[in-house]
Amino acid sequence: MSKILIIGATSTIAEHCARIWATQGHEFFLVGRNPERLDCIVSDLSLRGATKVGKLVIDLCDFNSHQAMLDAAERGLGGLDTVLIAHGTLSDQKACEQSVALTLREIETNGLSVIALLTLVANRLEAQRKGTIAVISSVAGDRGRSSNYVYGSAKAMVTAYTSGLRQRLQKSGVSVVTLKPGFIDTRMTEGFSKGFLWVKPADAAAIITRSIDGGFSEEIYVPYFWFFIMLCIKLIPENLFKRIKL
Amino acid sequence: MIVSGWGRYPKIDSNVSRPHTRKEISKLLAIGQTIARGSGRAYGDSAINPINTMEMRWFDQFAGFDPAAGVLTVNAGVQLREITKVFVPRGWWLPVTPGTSFATVGGSIASDVHGKNHHLVGTFGEHVKEIEIMLGNGEIVTASASQYADLFYSTCGGMGLTGVILSAKIQLAPVKSGLVKQKTIKASNLEELFELFEENADVPYSVAWVDCLAPERELGRSVLLLGDHAKKGGVQIDSRQRFKIPIDAPGFLLNRWSIKAFNSLYYSKAKQGDEKLVGLFDYFYPLDKIDNWNRMYGHSGFIQYQFVIPKQNGADNMRKLLGRIAYLGEGSFLAVIKLFGGENDNLLSFPFSGYTLALDFKVSQKTIDLLNVLDELVIDMGGRIYLTKDARMTSNTFRRTYPRWETFESVRQKYGAIGKFSSAQSVRLGLL
Ligand SMILES: Cc1cc2nc3c(=O)[nH]c(=O)nc-3n(C[C@H](O)[C@H](O)[C@H](O)COP(=O)(O)OP(=O)(O)OC[C@H]3O[C@@H](n4cnc5c(N)ncnc54)[C@H](O)[C@@H]3O)c2cc1C
Ligand SMILES: NC(=O)c1ccc[n+]([C@@H]2O[C@H](COP(=O)([O-])OP(=O)(O)OC[C@H]3O[C@@H](n4cnc5c(N)ncnc54)[C@H](OP(=O)(O)O)[C@@H]3O)[C@@H](O)[C@H]2O)c1
Repeated sequence: MSKILIIGATSTIAEHCARIWATQGHEFFLVGRNPERLDCIVSDLSLRGATKVGKLVIDLCDFNSHQAMLDAAERGLGGLDTVLIAHGTLSDQKACEQSVALTLREIETNGLSVIALLTLVANRLEAQRKGTIAVISSVAGDRGRSSNYVYGSAKAMVTAYTSGLRQRLQKSGVSVVTLKPGFIDTRMTEGFSKGFLWVKPADAAAIITRSIDGGFSEEIYVPYFWFFIMLCIKLIPENLFKRIKL
Repeated sequence: MIVSGWGRYPKIDSNVSRPHTRKEISKLLAIGQTIARGSGRAYGDSAINPINTMEMRWFDQFAGFDPAAGVLTVNAGVQLREITKVFVPRGWWLPVTPGTSFATVGGSIASDVHGKNHHLVGTFGEHVKEIEIMLGNGEIVTASASQYADLFYSTCGGMGLTGVILSAKIQLAPVKSGLVKQKTIKASNLEELFELFEENADVPYSVAWVDCLAPERELGRSVLLLGDHAKKGGVQIDSRQRFKIPIDAPGFLLNRWSIKAFNSLYYSKAKQGDEKLVGLFDYFYPLDKIDNWNRMYGHSGFIQYQFVIPKQNGADNMRKLLGRIAYLGEGSFLAVIKLFGGENDNLLSFPFSGYTLALDFKVSQKTIDLLNVLDELVIDMGGRIYLTKDARMTSNTFRRTYPRWETFESVRQKYGAIGKFSSAQSVRLGLL
């Protein structure tokens, strides 16, 4: 039985991961900012088989609350085996271009708050010399594109940070999994028309939980075929890339 | 956004909102009129409001379970397949299920759906103990047979027109296995089929596939599939989708000849007296295996026509209707016939004691004309048409066949639903 902390637990993807884990009887501590949805998820997971579900309502951009939140989670669960960080917001790129404040807020939510959390979580797991840190970054972080480079650059920060952290924690036996979803049909992407590259949150969650449970300490594309798509996109020379619309 | 029902006809431009919390629902209600939408498995225009359609997809959590009594409390957006996947392994299952596992709990209550066991256990609504409903003014009430009973009987089968179903308590039924014992019996005509239905009335599940394009003397040749839960065999279930129809099939693919050939093949392949064990999803939800099978009918979409007619003169009347369909050669792949048990107290519930037939038609002017003719025949026979499949019935037909509509309207009036909850269908039917 694992002790799982989910930060941003109201995320659709995270919720579906938790459903899979719940049927295996694990213990949870859920952190999110929306009390009604958090309560719904708590009851749902208990009913699906979770042996224990604790929760805490905080806004993750309130950096000062992170340390106390981690204390509460560790106390509630009696330790930490897996920490999944899932929160994020899909930035309105056009609006960001016109507003420094909005741009910085998006960077804060998708980048800085994650890094603040990782700093604290890493030290805790490093000290206990075991555990898994999983972070949902994005394919958008692989290369900045005109349609969403504010969000993309925040995710790029998370990807780079976790890559370094993975190296550092390798020797203490702590896994760091960087998840890079492509197009998942969640609340975040409600407004989009869905073509053939889209996958359901339950299918994305199956890949994510498999990667985490499998003990991989790696970067994982969700689903895997995004590795090839992003490889092609990364290979386009900048001189050409700047002329195409993506 | 262009929205349609499962039949992809009609297609209507509507603003679709997907609230995350109850507060967001009440905010949407304060703005103006709307209709709730589950998975959009209703075939026609019942889950679409041209101004604002409210999808319940994020209300998809279980809320509580009493393992001793088998009573499940569940939010309205949970799909029936999820209940199946989680509860069959624990020995509990839906007391009633329609032919698609993608239907939500809210949609199943609002359409008061029936299954292959209607003749024994009635509709979905008859197993609902309690419903939490948000009224037009944002107030949340709990309705059951003993409190807000008028609202309860109007909401079960009420096509979303009384309020937004938020959650419900459902009495599940015990099962011992994830397998179903299926027996196949062939009938060469309608009389034989109806006799078989009566003879097997104590078998829990029964449904017949009828070839509606068979030559005249064989009209009504059919395959009756009887089913019962196996007593053992493990409670594991397999719900995978195996095929996908990624694009619209060209419209000409389904024509008189291809359908005829398919039906003949289906009939001749069925083995008389064949008995086998099949998986629960294979037995109850064969079409769910093919993602987007509704694209088979091409871009213009299709209409599913389902009516029920009384038992009296049932075979004669059914023959008359099938004859009319065959004459125009517009029939679908396979038509489905079922024996219904008695009517319930839900004001707009579809089933009553008799025989029901459902079949698909590719949309065309010819189809619409044919269905108008069929409507008249069905009305004369004392029958009615299923609202959750309907996309074109007139308000006159509706009023003549759902005589409790006036009581329904008075309940809607009482609970402030008029002018708040309406769908493209309800407006067409005169429920504003
Ligand atoms: C392949 C297939 C097989 C089927 N077989 C059967 C069958 O055997 N028996 C049968 O009875 N039906 C059958 N149906 C029809 C289907 O079960 C019903 O149309 C059902 O209502 C669909 O549920 P949904 O969640 O998709 O609802 P939707 O199609 O989204 O909505 C249907 C109605 O329910 C209302 N509604 C939905 N959610 C709510 C809510 N939360 N609060 C208030 N109102 C709400 C809508 O306003 C609308 O009027 C079948 C459909 C398909 C596609
Ligand atoms: N969906 C995709 O296609 C896709 C693709 C690539 C990457 N991702 C990433 O996957 C992760 C999960 O997203 P999702 O698709 O599951 O979308 P989602 O359902 O919208 O989840 C995002 C969650 O983050 C929460 N959140 C945002 N800011 C927060 C804050 N300051 N404090 C607390 N919680 C906050 C939101 O909470 P509220 O419920 O309160 O709003 C929401 O539940 C995100 O990191 C996203 O960037 C998604």
